[in-house]
Amino acid sequence: MPFTPANLDLARETIAKYPQKKSAVLPLLHLAQDQDGHVTPAAIEEIADLLDLTPALVLGTCSFYTMFKREPIGDLLVSVCTNVSCLVNGGPDLLDHLQRRYAADSDVTVEEVECIAACDLAPVLQVNYEFHGPLTGPDAETVVDEYKAGKRVARTISGTRVGKS
Amino acid sequence: MAAQETRIITKFLRERPDDSFTIDAALANGAYEGLKKALAMTPEDIITEVQTSGLRGRGGAGFGTGQKWSFLPKDVFPRYLAVNGDEGEPSTFKDHMLVEGDPHQVIEGVIITSYAIQCHTAFIYLRGEFGLGAERLGQAIADAYDKGFIGKNILGSGFDLEIVLHRGAGCYIAGDETGLLSSLEGERAMPRIKPPFPAVQGVYAAPTIVNNVETMSTVPHIINKGGEWYASMGVNRSTGTRIFSVSGNVERPGNYEIELGMTFRELIYDLAGGIKDGKELGFFIPGGASSPWLIAEHLDAPLDMDSVQSELKTMLGSGAVMVFDETVDPLLVAWRIAKFFAHESCGKCTPCREGSGWVEKVLYRMSHGYGRPEDMDLLLGFGNNLALGMSWPPGMTTICQLGPSVMSPTQSLRNFWYDEIKERMARDAEARGEILVRSEVPA
Repeated sequence: MPFTPANLDLARETIAKYPQKKSAVLPLLHLAQDQDGHVTPAAIEEIADLLDLTPALVLGTCSFYTMFKREPIGDLLVSVCTNVSCLVNGGPDLLDHLQRRYAADSDVTVEEVECIAACDLAPVLQVNYEFHGPLTGPDAETVVDEYKAGKRVARTISGTRVGKS
Repeated sequence: MAAQETRIITKFLRERPDDSFTIDAALANGAYEGLKKALAMTPEDIITEVQTSGLRGRGGAGFGTGQKWSFLPKDVFPRYLAVNGDEGEPSTFKDHMLVEGDPHQVIEGVIITSYAIQCHTAFIYLRGEFGLGAERLGQAIADAYDKGFIGKNILGSGFDLEIVLHRGAGCYIAGDETGLLSSLEGERAMPRIKPPFPAVQGVYAAPTIVNNVETMSTVPHIINKGGEWYASMGVNRSTGTRIFSVSGNVERPGNYEIELGMTFRELIYDLAGGIKDGKELGFFIPGGASSPWLIAEHLDAPLDMDSVQSELKTMLGSGAVMVFDETVDPLLVAWRIAKFFAHESCGKCTPCREGSGWVEKVLYRMSHGYGRPEDMDLLLGFGNNLALGMSWPPGMTTICQLGPSVMSPTQSLRNFWYDEIKERMARDAEARGEILVRSEVPA
């Protein structure tokens, strides 16, 4: 859906911060993703329009960055690191455990990610860009289930702030 | 006596972990005092003071910070400061701590630097995945505006500055200084050919200084206590303190701020508690995934940026020390690092785009029991197209350092385990009795 009036104001405010409008592509994609749950084709068009760019350029930028999802995902995005410090501390097992556990759960999307800069917590994962670690498979499951049950409040899907978009 | 940390930029956030990120706590701790002192100095004097300190960039390349500032062409305006907080080098987690724990220290460094280089817009490019970091830094910037440390006529000095917090979106190569500039302009984070260097033509083709978050955090202390004071710490041309992120198979993984010149042994054993579960050291990576590896015989070498490069043929890079115990298979680690680079290659330069993927495929089969006797030599052969000379520092065939970095693990395998790996590949091939083509190798 198009930016809500409040988000449109926020988008214009963001654009005004930059000496050149084009710099606002990334922040506006985050804003759209927080609003819609993923980056929709309509959002690409709207952002292009706001920034006087072609949709192709906005899509080209969007598809380059791993945080932007162009297909619907669950409300909770669980990003598990398997890079070397996590590799030797059980990261791949953690990923495997969570992938199996939430395979049939459309609320939770589990993904493998590269180093997320919290290796002192290895094996580490993020739930909507909030860090949790070190965790065993069952511990991680508890954390994710607590988010699902509302016992923990998740960040928005692009990680911008705690709470609903 | 066991080695100790020397806490300068991590002192406050360690002492007050509960509220060190708030403006009140920061002000009570003397934040922005360096700024007041700096605004009474001339920009040239600040640059000289930082040059005297010997401070070198903490992002990885280790270039003299004051020297970099002095490269700005005279009388060309506007100019910009872009602070690199993308922190993507595997196993580096210091900037993460600095922005979450002491954002006002970062901001103070940014204001002082902006004044020194006479720019009126500074960008802080923060890694997209740092949700809490962005929130705290954003709040800290807003509070600093309220207190008059940022904005028009800062503290009555006549100096104006806007600071823009810019979140990345998941991309390693945005941490390369020219990749960062492309990303900041709303494009794919593809690195650019140098020259022109960013100091001459950076963001929006204007002169731009790119400095790391840790470098920025250090600047206020240099202004407060003087360049001579900073230069009195450290060793040779590696002055002052640096944060090393130690991780892997150690008892106490974490960030340790130490005076440069300490040995790897002191860092890994005294500070990080040694190898976990009483095991022996297998090997360690001294400066992020891009750097060639070291083994036990190098433990007594000092953490000195220059001697690590000239004597040990590797680098301190981003300060990420990864430690692996004797049971870890070096081939598995080499494969995982290659997989990382293959994933993060931006695709601009052919040797890296094509090469990183092939290195990953070959290392995958080697580390998973499907290797071939000739694989080690195969890697070394085509690896030379990615890292000319297959030594450190490598010759370049690509625009940025990601290309040759792909080969650092392979170089390390050759340096320490060449015969062993060849024998193992021969054994694996014999046990299997057949050579599998790629499509037959199980994932």
